[in-house]
Amino acid sequence: MGETIIEKIIRHNTGKSVKPGDIVTVNVDRVMIHDIFIPFVAEKFEEMGFSKLYDPEKVILIYDHLVPASQLDDTRHFRIGDAFAAKYGMPHVHRSDGICHQLMTEAGYVKPGDVVFGTDSHTTTYGCVGAFSSGIGYTEMASILGTGTMWIKVPETIKVVIEGELPANVMSKDIILRLIGDLGADGATYKTLEFFGSTVDNMSVASRMTMSNMAVEAGAKCALFTPDEKTARYCDIELNDYQKSLKGDADAVYVRTLTYRAEDFVPVMACPSQVDKIRDVSTLEGIPIDQVFIGSCTNGRLEDLAAAAEVLKGQKVADYVKLIVTPASRKIYKQAMDLGIMETLAEAGAIITHPGCGLCCGRTGGILSDGERVVATNNRNFLGRMGTSKVEIFLASPRTAAACAVAGKIVTPK
Amino acid sequence: MENMTGKVWILGDDIDTDIIIPTEYLAMKTIDDMKQYAFSPLRPELAGQIQKGDIIVAGKNFGCGSSREQAPEIIKALGIQCVIAKSFARIFFRNAINNGLLLIEQPNLYDDIKEGDTITVHMNKHVDYNSKEYPIAALPENLMRIIQAGGLVGAMRKLNGLD
Repeated sequence: MGETIIEKIIRHNTGKSVKPGDIVTVNVDRVMIHDIFIPFVAEKFEEMGFSKLYDPEKVILIYDHLVPASQLDDTRHFRIGDAFAAKYGMPHVHRSDGICHQLMTEAGYVKPGDVVFGTDSHTTTYGCVGAFSSGIGYTEMASILGTGTMWIKVPETIKVVIEGELPANVMSKDIILRLIGDLGADGATYKTLEFFGSTVDNMSVASRMTMSNMAVEAGAKCALFTPDEKTARYCDIELNDYQKSLKGDADAVYVRTLTYRAEDFVPVMACPSQVDKIRDVSTLEGIPIDQVFIGSCTNGRLEDLAAAAEVLKGQKVADYVKLIVTPASRKIYKQAMDLGIMETLAEAGAIITHPGCGLCCGRTGGILSDGERVVATNNRNFLGRMGTSKVEIFLASPRTAAACAVAGKIVTPK
Repeated sequence: MENMTGKVWILGDDIDTDIIIPTEYLAMKTIDDMKQYAFSPLRPELAGQIQKGDIIVAGKNFGCGSSREQAPEIIKALGIQCVIAKSFARIFFRNAINNGLLLIEQPNLYDDIKEGDTITVHMNKHVDYNSKEYPIAALPENLMRIIQAGGLVGAMRKLNGLD
């Protein structure tokens, strides 16, 4: 019987063949903790009676949601994090380098075939390089820090096949939004997504990252791409035999298969306030907007900023619209400067901020108030996420977001 | 575990973690500080109305969204005995079990019930409402062990020989 990618990863990790529904204990290759949850992880870890980390080398602490502090209490999180890292000898602490999910892959902490857990729901992101990664809470994180293991139920897999060439105004964000709309916000709950087809084969790792990142919005436990030459270059490794084997077998069992033609995709938005409320941008044209946000772990990468700059070159952001651009990491910030992308964005009237989670979780500058509308490239449009509960959040690709910033209203990008 | 009877609050489909507790309150020091803001984007008055021993009944995908564990912790701190929904989001499910908050999946109860009515949960068997029995599945043994230890902290303390 053939295996899906997730079944191969779990077999390699546990040394036992598995089938969906089996409950197994996996050995954890890496963990990620971010600033919001480190105080709770630290407290639970000691309450559980542990006195050392299972492997300090495997524990990554990243400050991103609260950096730089916007409320007086926020600095407490950094103090507790620094003290925990010093006490238990953690070598990997990032205090202002960018968003956790960007750094985990960019800094080489995650490799194809790894098993990784993080205290953030968008930990599914690392499926872009073929890693089994998923979000957990702080109590569970504390128990992994002590034991190096976690119990999981082997998930069923949904196969997603996309063949062909995407229209020029469509980005991978439009694909994953459409998919979430088709699956529904709970359509992949407890399940894995596995991507196939020439369209995803031709995608950059950054584009795949957007899709793995947002898979959790359909409830997915993880979202896997087959590691290829692009993955190897991105991770700066040669794929070993195990990593090369991470393809879904032809006779593997899938619970469901969804097939798309790339040419059929159009720019779409997730409308307030459900991520699965997907509409073609063409049906929303003319709705006035107050703000545009381009950034986040979903769409704050170099190709996203470049797509925005292409639209904004020689243009001006509309009067009364605030365009806020937040690179996902310091490295991306620097690359975008070197390539003149930042200059183009600044000349068009963008407010460029430090790398971090920024507006996405409504914890730093740029929040909105009652009756205002924002077009944003992040992953959630829940009530109250970016200001009051009467703010309307439309999720879109960076290309669509940039076009809306120029028009001052919702428009379809060219 | 014993049977439990309680008054019901009804919430809809896709109740996300930003509704259960918005991000802006997550940096408050304690769960008790945060709990007054529970469900505030949707029903700001609800946290003040919930009484110890009440039960939440909801639609599908309860707890979708972020990994914030404050979500189940706050529901437990408000005195909610258990949440009965058509389905739960994955991370919320684990977080609730790890904090000793009982979750029960039941596909039909939500469609029949009215807010303010009273139900009785017969553990691992059925929920009684309006003289009708709604069947529920038994919790797997490994999860039952965590709940019985009061959550994962209790289970790990046992592992480390502390309790």
